[in-house]
Amino acid sequence: MAAVEDNGRATTMDDRGLVELNDTVPHVSEIADGKATFDARELTTRQINLELRSLIYDQGILDVTVLNPGARHSLGVGILARCRIRFEGSIGYFACGLIDGPEIHITGRVGWSACENMMSGVVIIDGNAGSLTGAAMRGGDLLVKGRVGARTGIDQKGGTIIVCGDAGSNTAFMIQRGRQIILGDAGPGLGDSMYDGELYVAGKVKSLGVDCVPGEWTDADTELVERKFRIYGLGSPPEMQKFVCGKKLYNYDTLEPSERKLVL
Amino acid sequence: MCGIAGLIYKNGSTSIGDDMSRMLQSMKHRGPDSTGYALYRPPSDDWVMHVKLADVNAERDFDFTQRITRNRGEVRRRLEAEGAQVLETLDTSPHAMTVMFSFTGDDLKPLADRVEDIHGTEVLSLGHTLEIIKDIGDAQTVAGDYGLKGFHGTHGIGHVRMATESDVDISGAHPYWAYPFSDIAVVHNGQLTNYHQWRRRLERAGHRFQSECDSEIIAVYLAERIEGGDSLEGAMHRSLEELDGVFTYLAVTGDELGMAKDELAAKPLVLYEGDDVVALASEEIAIRAVLDREIDTYDPYESEVMVWQR
Repeated sequence: MAAVEDNGRATTMDDRGLVELNDTVPHVSEIADGKATFDARELTTRQINLELRSLIYDQGILDVTVLNPGARHSLGVGILARCRIRFEGSIGYFACGLIDGPEIHITGRVGWSACENMMSGVVIIDGNAGSLTGAAMRGGDLLVKGRVGARTGIDQKGGTIIVCGDAGSNTAFMIQRGRQIILGDAGPGLGDSMYDGELYVAGKVKSLGVDCVPGEWTDADTELVERKFRIYGLGSPPEMQKFVCGKKLYNYDTLEPSERKLVL
Repeated sequence: MCGIAGLIYKNGSTSIGDDMSRMLQSMKHRGPDSTGYALYRPPSDDWVMHVKLADVNAERDFDFTQRITRNRGEVRRRLEAEGAQVLETLDTSPHAMTVMFSFTGDDLKPLADRVEDIHGTEVLSLGHTLEIIKDIGDAQTVAGDYGLKGFHGTHGIGHVRMATESDVDISGAHPYWAYPFSDIAVVHNGQLTNYHQWRRRLERAGHRFQSECDSEIIAVYLAERIEGGDSLEGAMHRSLEELDGVFTYLAVTGDELGMAKDELAAKPLVLYEGDDVVALASEEIAIRAVLDREIDTYDPYESEVMVWQR
């Protein structure tokens, strides 16, 4: 960490060169064989993230285990390096957002907005996830072994979201590219106002959203689903329905909203 | 934004005051303006009434202190005039008091109305087991001021408020009691868009409101339904049809705790169901404040209503 004088106030920069106020790296990890483990129970959210970044960026340790994260928010955010992180327990809102590269394993549950704007890498969540999981995600794989809340992958622009349990309402709302594989049931308004992308659902769909229509299953779909199942050891894929964009909303028309509903 | 929390123990009473204050303190970031508790003691035949004697923001004029002291005596006098036997009064804060009394009548409305007729006072809660405590400040401050650490009970709900549509004041703080129905309270996270319609409708039916806050509608709405013969669960199911907006709310009666979520699932709620306890909160971090171990929690889906008995 480097101290910077800014208008007379002492400001510190973290190891990525970004400003971090009022805290220092706690240096509490046990390091052996290039692997680090630390207990987060007594640390603040900021200290946990500083410790993580210090290990990964400064000390070059690319395998970190965090014990007792205690459902705290905003953990593992903005990690922009290839590395392996394991959270032993549940974490809160905005978990692992804005990441580019890491492979993250969360053994508990996550709150709302996990992996928001994820660029690449892999995140595996053993428990359930809250709403807005994988919002605006651009790449990488996100696997939730439990169920997810509402609006999973809202505004998704790439990557793959796999949900082993049920998904809530407005799943894949306004998805622009990428794929979602839902092995349980999907709530009302699946794929509402979607632009593009593919949705695969093994369970029941409560209702389709505006401009989301059944799609034609191709060999490429089979290859993709089988590959993802193989990578994550999910067994053999069940039979699934595919949904895509109906492209009716691509063009503006002069119909009244009530008439447009009839057309769609 | 606001944060809500609920806790119900199935095997008798515990330190619910301390538990709820820890849950709410961990969600201080969701609303630092005011904090409120609705806690339930084990049932008794006597009544507990919480009375606000003045607004926190009220002008402190020359005879403010004298007026408050006078009003404390007046509350007691009026209760006795309505046939209640006052057992104990507590000066819980500089601007609020608690009265324990026995009362054999059926109708609570004249009692509550007569107390509220004293200028500046407001009945915050009235019931056999319900106590609503709400004030400006975070959970620890309010719990400390009102001595909630030692409160033993079976269930309760709480709220941390970020004031968005009405003042930072006790009147705007949750939970809301369903005046004048005993032992029903509600906390709410969200906005109701048909508030004015419902307020006019319920006012025409003779109900009165303590505040300008949309959440109060839910409490009075539920109480009216329950009074009309609905179960809490039935009334909550119906509220999903009749209330518009985005909301997650918790409702409590003398022996039940329920949650309801709107059809968009727009507001968060995390649920933990154990053998002896059910805990709900806007964030898991609040549940972990009372259950310090790895637990299996999930978010209820849209249009879900669940009710638990103590």
